[in-house]
Amino acid sequence: MKRYSAFAIAKEAFRHQLGWERAWRSPEPKPEYEVIIVGAGGHGLATAYYLGKNHGITNIAILEKNWLGGGNTGRNTTIIRSNYLQDASAAIYEKARSLYETLSQDLNYNVMFSPRGVAMLAQTHHEVRGYRRTARANAIQGVETEFIGSEQVKALCPIINVDGPRFPVLGALWQPRGGTARHDAVAWGYARACSDMGMDIIQNCAVTAVRRTGGTVTGVETTRGAVGCRKLGIVVAGHSGVLAAMAGFRLPVESVALQALVSEPVKPCMDIVVMANTVHGYMSQSDKGELVIGGGADGFNNYTQRGSFHHVEETVRALVETFPIISRLRMLRQWAGIVDMTGDRSPILSKTPLENCFINCGWGTGGFKAIPGSGWAMAELMAKGEPGPLAAPFGLDRFREGRFIDESVAAGVAH
Amino acid sequence: MSRRLSEGGRLIDREVPLGFLWNNRRLTGFRGDTLASALLANDQQLAGRSFKYHRPRGIVTAGPEEPNALVQLGHGASSEPNLRATTVELADGLRATSQNHWPSLEFDIGAATGYLAPLFAAGFYYKTFMWPRVAWKHVFEPLIRRSAGLGIPPTQPDPDHYEHYHAHVDVLVVGSGIAGLVAAGAAADAGARVLVLEQNPEFGGRAPVDGITVDGLAASEWIDDCVADLAWRDLVRVRNRTTVLGVYDHGYVFACEHRPRPNMDKSRADAPRQRLWRIRARQIVMATGAIERPLAFAGNDVPGVMLASAARDYAVNFGVGIGDRVVVVTNNDSAYLTATALAEAGIGIAGILDIRESPAGPALDRARAVGLDVRTGMSVASVFGRRQVLGVSATASNGDGARTERIVANAVVMSGGWSPSVHLWSHCGGKLAWDANRGCFLPDADRPPAGADGVGMVIPVGAANGTMDASGIPDEAVRAGREAARRAGHRGRRGRQSSASHPAQAEDAAESQPELAWMVPRQAKRSLRSRAFLDYQNDVKVTDIELAVREGFQSVEHAKRYTTLGMATDQGKLSNVNGIGILATSMGQEIAGVGTTTFRPPYTPLTLGAIAGEAHGPLFKPVRKTPMDGWHDDHGAHWEPVADWRRPYCYLRDGETVKAAINREILNTRRRVGLLDASTLGKILVSGPDSGRFLDMLYTGRMSTLRQGRCRYGLMCNENGFLIDDGVIARLGEETFLCHTTSGGSDRIHAWMEEWLQTEWWTWKVWTVNLTEQFVQVGIVGPEARTVMERLGNIDVSDEALRFMDHVDGELAGFPVRLFRISFSGELSYEIQLPAAAGLEFWTQALEAGADLGIQPYGTEALHVMRAEKGFIMIGDETDGTVTPQDLGLDWAVSRLKSDYLGKRAQARSYLNAPDRWRLVGLATEDPNAVLPDGAYATDGSRQQDGGKTMIGRVTSSYWSPTINRSIALGLVERGPDRMGEVIGFPVESGRTIRAKIVDPVFLGQDAGANA
Amino acid sequence: MLILTCPCCGAEADETELASGGEAHIQRQGPESTDAAFEAYLFQRKNPSGVHFERWRHAFGCGKWFHAARCTRTLEVFGTYTAQSLKPPKWILDRIRKRRPDWAGPLP
Repeated sequence: MKRYSAFAIAKEAFRHQLGWERAWRSPEPKPEYEVIIVGAGGHGLATAYYLGKNHGITNIAILEKNWLGGGNTGRNTTIIRSNYLQDASAAIYEKARSLYETLSQDLNYNVMFSPRGVAMLAQTHHEVRGYRRTARANAIQGVETEFIGSEQVKALCPIINVDGPRFPVLGALWQPRGGTARHDAVAWGYARACSDMGMDIIQNCAVTAVRRTGGTVTGVETTRGAVGCRKLGIVVAGHSGVLAAMAGFRLPVESVALQALVSEPVKPCMDIVVMANTVHGYMSQSDKGELVIGGGADGFNNYTQRGSFHHVEETVRALVETFPIISRLRMLRQWAGIVDMTGDRSPILSKTPLENCFINCGWGTGGFKAIPGSGWAMAELMAKGEPGPLAAPFGLDRFREGRFIDESVAAGVAH
Repeated sequence: MSRRLSEGGRLIDREVPLGFLWNNRRLTGFRGDTLASALLANDQQLAGRSFKYHRPRGIVTAGPEEPNALVQLGHGASSEPNLRATTVELADGLRATSQNHWPSLEFDIGAATGYLAPLFAAGFYYKTFMWPRVAWKHVFEPLIRRSAGLGIPPTQPDPDHYEHYHAHVDVLVVGSGIAGLVAAGAAADAGARVLVLEQNPEFGGRAPVDGITVDGLAASEWIDDCVADLAWRDLVRVRNRTTVLGVYDHGYVFACEHRPRPNMDKSRADAPRQRLWRIRARQIVMATGAIERPLAFAGNDVPGVMLASAARDYAVNFGVGIGDRVVVVTNNDSAYLTATALAEAGIGIAGILDIRESPAGPALDRARAVGLDVRTGMSVASVFGRRQVLGVSATASNGDGARTERIVANAVVMSGGWSPSVHLWSHCGGKLAWDANRGCFLPDADRPPAGADGVGMVIPVGAANGTMDASGIPDEAVRAGREAARRAGHRGRRGRQSSASHPAQAEDAAESQPELAWMVPRQAKRSLRSRAFLDYQNDVKVTDIELAVREGFQSVEHAKRYTTLGMATDQGKLSNVNGIGILATSMGQEIAGVGTTTFRPPYTPLTLGAIAGEAHGPLFKPVRKTPMDGWHDDHGAHWEPVADWRRPYCYLRDGETVKAAINREILNTRRRVGLLDASTLGKILVSGPDSGRFLDMLYTGRMSTLRQGRCRYGLMCNENGFLIDDGVIARLGEETFLCHTTSGGSDRIHAWMEEWLQTEWWTWKVWTVNLTEQFVQVGIVGPEARTVMERLGNIDVSDEALRFMDHVDGELAGFPVRLFRISFSGELSYEIQLPAAAGLEFWTQALEAGADLGIQPYGTEALHVMRAEKGFIMIGDETDGTVTPQDLGLDWAVSRLKSDYLGKRAQARSYLNAPDRWRLVGLATEDPNAVLPDGAYATDGSRQQDGGKTMIGRVTSSYWSPTINRSIALGLVERGPDRMGEVIGFPVESGRTIRAKIVDPVFLGQDAGANA
Repeated sequence: MLILTCPCCGAEADETELASGGEAHIQRQGPESTDAAFEAYLFQRKNPSGVHFERWRHAFGCGKWFHAARCTRTLEVFGTYTAQSLKPPKWILDRIRKRRPDWAGPLP
C-alpha cells in the first residue's frame, strides 16, 4: 500500500494526481474464507481490521449489500464520547474513544478525530443528580469527565442560552476528550487497511441465506454466489433481525428510523459538542461549518431510511430554544438511518444459537462512537470463540437472566 | 455603468426606484427586481467567493438553484447568511454584503489556496495533516474551520417570529406553470379540493419568458386569466411565495411561505416573517419544471458565464443585459431562445457555438433568420479572464481543444440541457430512471412514492416529467389533474368546466433535444479538464471526479462524498447530473448503471426558526400549575420543575437562604404544623366489578382485601420486575378504588392501566379515570394538625374515629372533602382532597385556622428530607428503573401468596435474586457534619478484570437533617442489610474519602415523630 | 408521517396523535412460564422487513388501543383492527394477500 504522507501529496501535485492507488481492491468473491463478516460498515470493517491486526486472521471476506460505509456509518452525527454510567458501557466506549485518539496514525488515513469536548446539559434537577452520579462513576471507571456549572457551560459555548424560561441550563456533564470524527473517513480508512492486509471487501453483494450443517454455520448464499466460511460475523445494524432470521434465530431487537440534519455552512460559532437530553436535541459544528443536528428516534418499526417530520420539528424547536442565534440559519439536508434498538438499549456482542456464528448489533442511536472498541471486542470474540472482558457483559444471555445494562437511568436517551 | 436595457422587463416597475446597499456601496434598482437582477443591472457580476479555493464567482442562475451568489442580508440580530441573491426580492434600504472573503470581495487573500489547487485535490484532507498527532486539533483543524463556512451567523436572538399553518387538501399542485395550472383546474373540475403553491412571487413558471403561446394568447395573458379563474373557485386556493420543500409518507408535505420583501414591510411589523405550511395531501401533482444544466468547459466558472435560461430571464423579466458581446454555447435548442431574445433586446451575439454537428429546427432557423452566427460542431475550449469574461477560445466540440480560435466577448451563456426537478418524487421513495434520449433522470412511473394505500401519491407533469415541448402539456396536465382527483376519491365533474384552465393547445418556440457531452470539447486535454467546474460552490472539477474513480470511489455516493460534489447549499441542483455523467464516462459505463444519489428534503434550505414556529420561551413546553400556584408565587416560592408541573422547592422569606428556609420548614412542621400543596399527586379512580382483581395484578401487594374506608401503600412494577411507581390506594366502595401515583407518574400510570385493560384483560369489567387535575390535595402535617382540622369543620379526627390509614368523606371549610389520614413524614398528618376550584380558598382558610399555631407552608425539599429521616423511599431517588421492591427492603409490600402480578415472573430470574445485589441501607457518616454527595459511589479497593475499581454501593438520597442535627443518607449497598455496622468509604472530589457506617434506613426512630 | 384510522372512533389519526406500542399478538407469560418463554415474551421480536402486525394507541384522541397491519419497508397500511383480538382477522390477511400475492403469511 502506498503510504499517505505530505511528501506523497507534494509528489502527486506535480504529476496531476495520477499516481494514487485504489484505496481498496474490488475483488470477485472466492469460494471459501476463514471468516466472513456481513456488513461493511464501520463496525464490520473494524472487526475485520482487528481480526487481522490483533489476531493474525486475514483470510476474510467482508460482504456488503450496497456500498461500504453507506449505512449508519455514513448517516450519523459523528459524536464520540464515553461518559456512560454502567461499568460495561464505560469500558467499551472508552476503549473505542482511546483508539480514536490514534486511529489516523494507525490507519494512515486522517479520520479527523477532533477531541473538542462533549457537554451533556443538565436541565432538570433530576438530570443534575443523574450526571453528578455519572461523573462520580466515571471517576472510578477511569473515564475523564466532570460535572460543570452553568457559567462554565456558557464559557465553553457562548451561544447557549443558559437562562431559558422553561429548561434553564443547570450544569453539564463535561467530557473534554470527547468529540467528533469524519464518519466516511472512518469506514474508508478501515477499508483501505483491511484491503491492504489482503482481505476482500465485496460490495453490491447481498446475503440471501445462511448455510448451516447441523447447528454449525458453513457459509452464506449471496447475490454473487455461495461463499463458504468457518466463522460468520453478522454486523449489519438495522438489518440484524433479517440476517438473524436467515440464521434461524430471533433477536431482542427492533429497527426504527433515527433522523439527523445539517444546516448550511456558516463561519465557526460553536467549538464543542452539546447534547440536551431533556429537550431531545444535540448539535455540533462540522469543520465545513455546517451545524450537525440530531434528536430522538421514531417510535415504530421502520426499514425505509425515512423518518417523520414532526421529530425534526421537535429537535429543531429544542435547539432553537437552547441556541437562540440559530433561528435564522437554515436546514440544508435531512435524512434518516435505520437503527437497531435492543430491550435495554445497550448493544449485543455475542455468540448465537448457531455455532461459529457471532453477532454484533443493537448499538441503537450511538454506534459511531463505539466503532473501534466494538471491532476490537468483536474480533476477540470471533478469534477465540469466547468473549473477552469488553464483550462479556453484552451477551444475549443477559436478557434471559434479567442482567440489563440500562443507561437510561442517568439520561432519558442513550445517544 | 448600467446594464439596464432601455426597454423590457415585464416584472419591474421603472417608476419605483429602490435604493440598496451592496458591500456598503449605494446602488439603485426597481421594484420587482431581485437582488441578483439589480446587481447585474449595476454591472456587478462578481457576487461571491467559492468555498474551497475562494475563487471569484458570478451570478450563474436566476432562481433557487443558484450556487454562487450567496449573500449576507441585513445586519445585527436580523442578519441572515447564505441567502441566494437570485431569490431575494429587492426592497428599499436593503443591505447586502458578499461572503467568504478577506479583506474584500475583489481582493481575497484566501484565493491564494487556488494557487495550491494541485495539492488540494479531492480527498487530500484524508491523506495528510496526521503528523504530529496533536497538530490536527491545535493547528490544522482550527485553520480549516476558519477558512471554511460561508456567511456569518447572527450573534443575537432572532427578533422575528414564525408561525405554522395546517392545510388538508385532496390535491396539492406544486408549481404554477402551464402544467400546474391546467392540472389544478382539471382536479377542481372533478370536485377535488386543490391547493396550488408557487415558489416565486409571480405565477406562470418559464412560459412567459420562453415565448410560449396558449390558445393564441401570450403565455402571460393566459396565466393571468387562469389564475384569476382558479382563485375565484371555492375548491381552489392559490398561493405564491410558498416553496414546497419536502414530501413525507402518507401525503405529508411541508412548505415555507415568505413575506414579500423580508424585513422591509414596516406596516406589518408584527406579522410572522415566514410561515411553515404543514399539509396533508391525498395526491400531489408535481409540476415543478426543470432546471437548466451548465456545460463543463475550462473556465466555466469565470464571472460572466451564465446559464442561457438565466440570461433570458434577466433580459425578459428584468430588462437587464448580461453583457454586450455574448457567446452562446449549447448542446440543445433552448439556448437559441436566449440568443434571439438577447439579439432582439439589442445585445450583440458574438456567436452561437452548438456542439452538435448538424442541428436543425425552427429555433435555429429563427436565429439564422435574424442574422446570428451559428457555428455547429463547435464548443468553448476555454474562457479568458479571471474576475470577468474577456473572451473565449472556440474549438471543435469533438476534438481535444488544441486548435482554437479566439472570440472577444464579455459574457458567455451556456446550456447543457435540462434536468427535470424531480426532488419531490424522490423524497418519499420514488425511483428515477435515466432517459438516454432526453438526457435526463425522469420519474419512473412504475416505482412511484406510495401513500398509505400503497398507491402512488405523486404525479409528475410537464417539464418535471420530461415533457419539454409545451404543445404536449395541456393534455398531459388535464389527465394528471383528473387522475389525482380520481385517486383522491373524486370522479365526478362537479362544478363548471372552465375553458380558461383547459387550453386547447400550447405552442412552443423551441424543441429541445440535447446531444449529451459531459465535458466539452469531448477529448479535452487534462489542462482543460482541470479547469472545468462541476460544482461551483464546492470547487469540484472534472479531474476531481476522475481522481475519485482512480482511487476506487466509484459508487456514486462514494464519489459524491469523496469530492463533495453536490453537497453545497444548492444540493447539486446544477452539478449532480453532470457529475454523474463524468463519473460514468470515467468508468466507461452507462449512466443508467451508475445511478444517482438520493434527493433529501428540503428542496431549498429552510429557516430553523420557521420549523420551531411559535413554540419558544414559555410556550416551549407549557407548565402545569395547581390552583394554588399564584399564592405560592406571591409567598416566596422557590420553584422546582417536577415532571411538567412546577412545585415550590421551599418558600423564601426576606433575606433567607434556601438552606435556611428548608430547615425552618422542617422544624416548624416537626414542632408545630405545616401545610403542603400535594395537588400534583396522581389520582386515578378505578371502578367496576373486577377492579379488585385488576389492582391485585397491577400492584405487588393485595388490594382486593382492602376494606372500605381504609388505605394501603402499594408498589407497581413493570414486567421486568423493577419498581415504576408507588402510592396510597384507598377503597372508596365495594367496586371503587382511588389510586394515588407519584406526581410525575399520573399520566404514565393511567396509560399503563388502560394498556393492560384494553389489550390483555379486556373481558374484565373495570373503568379508570384520571382525576389528577379535578382535585387538589392539601396536607396538614405536624403535632398541631389535629387542632387545625378541628377548627376547619366538624369531621371527627380523633384517633378512635379516624385511625392511621383511614379515610372518610365530609365537609371542611364549607367544601365537600375526602379526608385521608396518611403520612409521608412520620408526623400526624391529614391529606384533604377537594374539588380543584375550591383549592385556593381552602388553602387560605387552613392557613388562617392555623395562624396562631404557627402554621407555615413547606416545599418539596422539606418533604423529601422528612421522608428520608423516616427511611421512606422516593421513586426516582431510590429507584432508577433497575431496582426491585426486594432491593429496597419492601418485601412486606409484595404478596407472596398471589399467584401472579406484573413483575412477579421477572423477579424469579437469577440475576434479580443474586445474593450480591445492592440493597437499601442508611448511611451515617463518621463525621456527622459531612453530608455525602448525591450519587457518590463506594469502592472496596479491589480491581475488576478490565482494570476499573470495583464499586460496592452508591448514595441515593443525602441530606442535612435539622431534626436530628446530623447528616443522613440512604444508599444501595452490595449485600447492605447483611453488613450493618460496617464502615465503607466514598471517594469524592480531590482525593478525599468520606467514610460512613451502614445503619438502618430509619433515622428518626419509633419514638420520635411517631404520631402518624 | 403515518396516518392510521382508529377502528374505535373512526378518526383518520395523524401520527402525532398516536403512540406506538410495538409488535402485536404477543402472549403474556406469567409466573409458570419457562425462562426461554419469558425471555421471548419480553424481548424477542419478529421485527420483519415487510408486513408487521403492531399495536398503537390513539393517545391524543379517543385513548383506545388498536392494531394495525403495516409494511415496514413501504409504510403501506393494510388496515387497522381492534386490539381485542388474539390474531389478525381473516379480512386483514385476505387484504394483505391481495396486495402482496407472494406474502408467506404471518411469521410464526
